[in-house]
Amino acid sequence: MGDSSNGRNHIIKAPENFLTAAEITQVEAGRRDFLRNAFITASSAALASLSSRAGAQTSRPEVGDPDILNLPSWSTTLGKAVATNPYGLPSRYEANIIRRESPGLSHVPQASVAFTPLQSTFGIITPSGLHFERHHQGWQDIDPTRHRLMINGLVKTPKVYSMDDLMRLPSVSRIHFLECGANTAMEWGNVAVPTVQYTHGMLSGSEFTGVPLSVLLDDCGIDLKKAAYILAEGADGSSMTRTIGIERALDDVIVAYGQNGEMLRPENGYPLRLVVPGVQGVSWVKWLRRIKVGDQPFATKDESVHYVDLMPGGMLRQYTAVQEAKSVITSPSGGQVLTGRGRFNVTGLAWSGRGKIKRVDVSFDGGRNWRTARMEGTPLTKALTRFNIDWEWNGEQAILQSRAIDDTGYVQPKIGQLREVRGKRSIYHNNAIQSWLVAQNGEVSNVQVD
Amino acid sequence: MFRSTDFFPVLTLQRAVVLAALLVTVGDISAKDGSSDVTVKPIGRAATAAEIKAWDIDVRPDFQGLPAGSGSVEKGQGIWDNRCASCHGTFAESNEIFTPLVGGTTKEDQKNGRVAALAGNTVPQRTTFMKVATLSTLYDYIHRAMPWNAPKSLSTDEVYAVLAYLLNLAEIVPDDFVLNQNTIRDVQSRMPNRNGMTRQHGLWDNKGKPDVHNTACMQHCATEVSIISTLPDFARTANGNPYEQNRNFGAVRGVNTEPGKSGGAGSTGGDQSSHGADSLHQLANASGCLACHAVSSKLVGPAFTDVAAYYKGNDGALAALVAKVQTGGQGNWGQIPMPAQVQINKSQIEQLVGWILKGAP
Repeated sequence: MGDSSNGRNHIIKAPENFLTAAEITQVEAGRRDFLRNAFITASSAALASLSSRAGAQTSRPEVGDPDILNLPSWSTTLGKAVATNPYGLPSRYEANIIRRESPGLSHVPQASVAFTPLQSTFGIITPSGLHFERHHQGWQDIDPTRHRLMINGLVKTPKVYSMDDLMRLPSVSRIHFLECGANTAMEWGNVAVPTVQYTHGMLSGSEFTGVPLSVLLDDCGIDLKKAAYILAEGADGSSMTRTIGIERALDDVIVAYGQNGEMLRPENGYPLRLVVPGVQGVSWVKWLRRIKVGDQPFATKDESVHYVDLMPGGMLRQYTAVQEAKSVITSPSGGQVLTGRGRFNVTGLAWSGRGKIKRVDVSFDGGRNWRTARMEGTPLTKALTRFNIDWEWNGEQAILQSRAIDDTGYVQPKIGQLREVRGKRSIYHNNAIQSWLVAQNGEVSNVQVD
Repeated sequence: MFRSTDFFPVLTLQRAVVLAALLVTVGDISAKDGSSDVTVKPIGRAATAAEIKAWDIDVRPDFQGLPAGSGSVEKGQGIWDNRCASCHGTFAESNEIFTPLVGGTTKEDQKNGRVAALAGNTVPQRTTFMKVATLSTLYDYIHRAMPWNAPKSLSTDEVYAVLAYLLNLAEIVPDDFVLNQNTIRDVQSRMPNRNGMTRQHGLWDNKGKPDVHNTACMQHCATEVSIISTLPDFARTANGNPYEQNRNFGAVRGVNTEPGKSGGAGSTGGDQSSHGADSLHQLANASGCLACHAVSSKLVGPAFTDVAAYYKGNDGALAALVAKVQTGGQGNWGQIPMPAQVQINKSQIEQLVGWILKGAP
């Protein structure tokens, strides 16, 4: 296995070697912005060679980088005033980093998915504007002064709360992952989609702020002798409903209004949603309007027709909820191309619905040998954990994999191990080890290995 | 871990409810003018009986929550053709918009309560009736969320009727059947997949036992690594050009699957020009038009630009199309009918049709 110890000193190859065929074509066609990027990656040793190919398009590169020698406009002009953007926006150079719908996934955009661009995000928090979207009947922007939360069923006093009420109660802020039960669903049978945005992009991490559900259930006088389940219901057209066990409901479930320091975004349930740590996203009911306490599960549409996992014998597993330990390398990942041989920071995400990530191992040879990755920060329970590891790419074919282990000792399985038990048609809860093939030209693609 | 005993405010809160219950009337919830009210404000209030009735709509498998009512197969067919068939097909078999509702079940399945086709791979799609075990689920869902563009607009009897018709299409009840709060219990015992659900798995409870196991081998784990699946050629570009889905700086780039095309971000300032929010476009969206129509491409219904082109120069088009939107229609643009749009008022329909006839600019 390559090691990074000599990474700082290695010689970067001349551009005709580290660019792909397609990129060389672009250079020859005179793409200036591409050249500028090439300068950033190339060491001075490569400059002379590059300039001879680019000819008159650069200014005397034997002297130095024109972006250093010719002061750019941002160094020589007055910048913009404060509050030019009262609500700040990403740089215009980040316009490629957006949520995307997968074509053909659904015929109706109101019941579809827009995936998070995991290939381009850092750390364990997903910017709220990039949080993936999954709606069942379109999203709504609800007037918070007219929003109500009702709690009824097996309680002493069925009650109604306004946002005014809820925001006077003691709050908690917790960082948790949110993953759709159907994340990676398209890959159960075979490789189907090209990039990590589409294979794993129904995944986000956020800090949520709100009131523990237990406080509200207590306030209504929950009948703890009879209560066994709750039903959570949304205020949108679909009035989405899901059953949650009472133990979990009284444990770490939050009735949340805040996300990443601001109110929830409308697409994520403004002004109120349920946060059910470790459990698949469909249970995190958005636009939450009602909690009902009951003594039987409710068998709603999204736990009877959808979100049921088909087993090889034909039985459907109902009320599957926990998101078991899973990880994925987000860079380099499918649909990307390495900018050259040499040193890379291979990075990705790991998470477990059952607790904390204990360790992440990475393989560069398709699972023959593994090395333990670094954690970026201390793993939190039921939250994304960012890992990274040094890799010296020698220009040969490689298969990159990551494998998460959580604090219960559970080891993320291989796709073959999952199929052996659950077949290929269960749609939900595919937490298989992901494999990315790096070809000799640096192009990374999605593969499955045995 | 957040039991009430950890939260001393809860006690004062409950006392406050008792103290102030008489002072607060329903609806007196927020100080809208920003002024402060120095009276004690309780947190939350008791729900009224009418409020609970309005929202407590769930129906669970033992039919707790099911309202009394009835509907015939015959009546259901009428509602189906007007309100449901446009998305689900005349026989609830359509795969055009949603997965099919009906199909894939047999008389034998009804006897056994297990859908045999789920075990094999014999049908291309898993229909609703192949999967659903509990009839309450269908009543509950149709009532709370259907029709697609006007949820909760069906009366109790209409929900019974639609469900009766669906059961008839699924060959579970005869043509002259009337579904009501009593007969629904008999029908439950004929649901084809009523015994097809299991809760014997480790994915409900946090302490549930995993069913798939791997080991954390570190060295020489596999003797041979073989690639068993790769991305099909068509899928390489089916989700767009990765070059435009990555930064054009950093350790990696997106693969450019359309060489010659530039990378988007920064080079043109992105595609911010398409953000011009148009109020009629928003009205069309809010009215549910965009559930089935798009401005320039055929979705379920024709593109607005195609409608505009078809009626160009036709002075009577506005009135005719307003009427068609109000009452529904079929045949001009294919066999999928357009349902009557009862949820939009006439002046808004006129605005929308006028906008569509201009090509939905």
